[in-house]
Formats: sequence, structure tokens, C-alpha cells
Amino acid sequence: MTPQLAIFFVLAALAVLGALSLIMQRHPIHSALSLIVVMISLAGLYLLMGAEFVAAVQIIVYGGAIMVLFVFVIMLLNAGVEERTNVSKLAGIAGIPLAVALLGFLAVVIARSNAGADAGWQSGALANTKEISMMLFREFVYPFELTSFLILVAILGAIVLAQREKN
Amino acid sequence: MVPTNYYLILSAVIFGLGVVAFIFKRNVITIFMSIELMLNAVNLAFVAFSQARHQSDGQVFVLFVIVVAAAEAAVGLGIIILTARNRQSLNVERVDLLKL
Repeated sequence: MTPQLAIFFVLAALAVLGALSLIMQRHPIHSALSLIVVMISLAGLYLLMGAEFVAAVQIIVYGGAIMVLFVFVIMLLNAGVEERTNVSKLAGIAGIPLAVALLGFLAVVIARSNAGADAGWQSGALANTKEISMMLFREFVYPFELTSFLILVAILGAIVLAQREKN
Repeated sequence: MVPTNYYLILSAVIFGLGVVAFIFKRNVITIFMSIELMLNAVNLAFVAFSQARHQSDGQVFVLFVIVVAAAEAAVGLGIIILTARNRQSLNVERVDLLKL
């Protein structure tokens, strides 16, 4: 087993365990911390693939900004342990089999597709950050500008939604 | 090197776990977190394909996904704060104004 493969399995196991922990934990703050574990291990996987820029953005934006926002809201709303409610009968019976079916279907489709066997699909060194920036500011410059507009609208929306109404 | 299929299978597993969390959790914040988990799984598939094809399009798309996720988190958490203030609860089963 090559070192890359070993690192992949360690990080993949960490990510899956973090995702499982997100489901199992009953307190939202524990779920948030599990999600941070998933995101950090995904950043490690991006580094393994040679995508340094995406790995850095993943840690800064996801692990940093978005998760801090989540933890902040959990503390602001003083969210406690999740209440147990009786799930609907249909969900209780069909939920887990359907989820397993979805997972199995995806796994079978991916395993059968010979994505790795094609000659042009050999994994190797990835485009570097310079190439990404070239692409971002040439081919994708209009979408890039649109995202700034999207963020502006999102900021305005968040302010309008979260402010207290003046009586 | 790690075969691309391994990354895709891991991505599918994480996406499936995100779907399970989305369906099973009752806390609206945790449900929102499971959406982020699914977006992360998609990002992993994007980067894996980008690596397999030696093209950086996939990584640029990941950037856009992250931007949209950030915007979605800001607006979504605003809505959650509003709902929690109005219904005094974070349980999604209590938010049933549209229910017949």
C-alpha cells in the first residue's frame, strides 16, 4: 500500500466517522464540531490531490467562517439537546432501507463506471493556483462578478431577516 | 496515487450520510448543517474529477459552490433566528403553519 493510499484511508475514515457522529450526537454544538472534523479531513484530501488552493479555501471559509457562524447561532439561540419526537410511521419503516438503497446505488454506479481505467483519466499533478486564477478571471469572470452581487444580496437579506422589528 | 473511484465512492458515502442526517434530525440547525455536509461531498467529487481530467474547471466550480454555500448559510441562519424567535423552538415539527 502506497503512503498516499494509507493517508487517503485515514482521512476518509475520519470524514465518515465525523459524518456519522453528526447524525448520532443529540446536541447541536457536538454536531457542529463533528462537521468541522469532516471539513478538515476533506481539506486534507484536497491537499492529497494536489489542490492546495481549494484546501486553503476549505479551511478558511468552511472551517472558519461558516462554522463560526453556525456555532454563533447555536449559542445565540441557546439551542439545547434535540427533543425526541415520534417519527411518522412511513419514515420509521422506509427511511433506513431507502437511505441504504441510495448509498448502494451510488456506490454500484461509481464502482461500475471505469472512470479510473480511461487513458486520459490517470491521476497526477493538478493544475496549480496560477492556472485556477487565470481561469477564474478570464473564462469565468462574469460568474465571478455575479457571485459578488449574490453575496451583497445575501448580506442585505440576512440583515433584513435578523433585525428586530421596531414597534 | 489514489484511484479517482475511491474519491467518488467516499463522496457518495458522505452525501448519503448527509441525506440521512437531513431526514432524521429534528433540530433545524443540524438539518442546515447536513446540507453543508452534502455540499462538501459534491465539492469532493468536483475536485476528484478535476484531478482526473487535469483541468482546473472543477476547482473553479468548487469556489462557486463555496460562495453559494456561504451566502446560503448567512440567509438561512437569519431565517432560523427569525423562526426561533417566533415559535420559541428549534424543532422543525413545531414549525407547521403551512400544514393543513
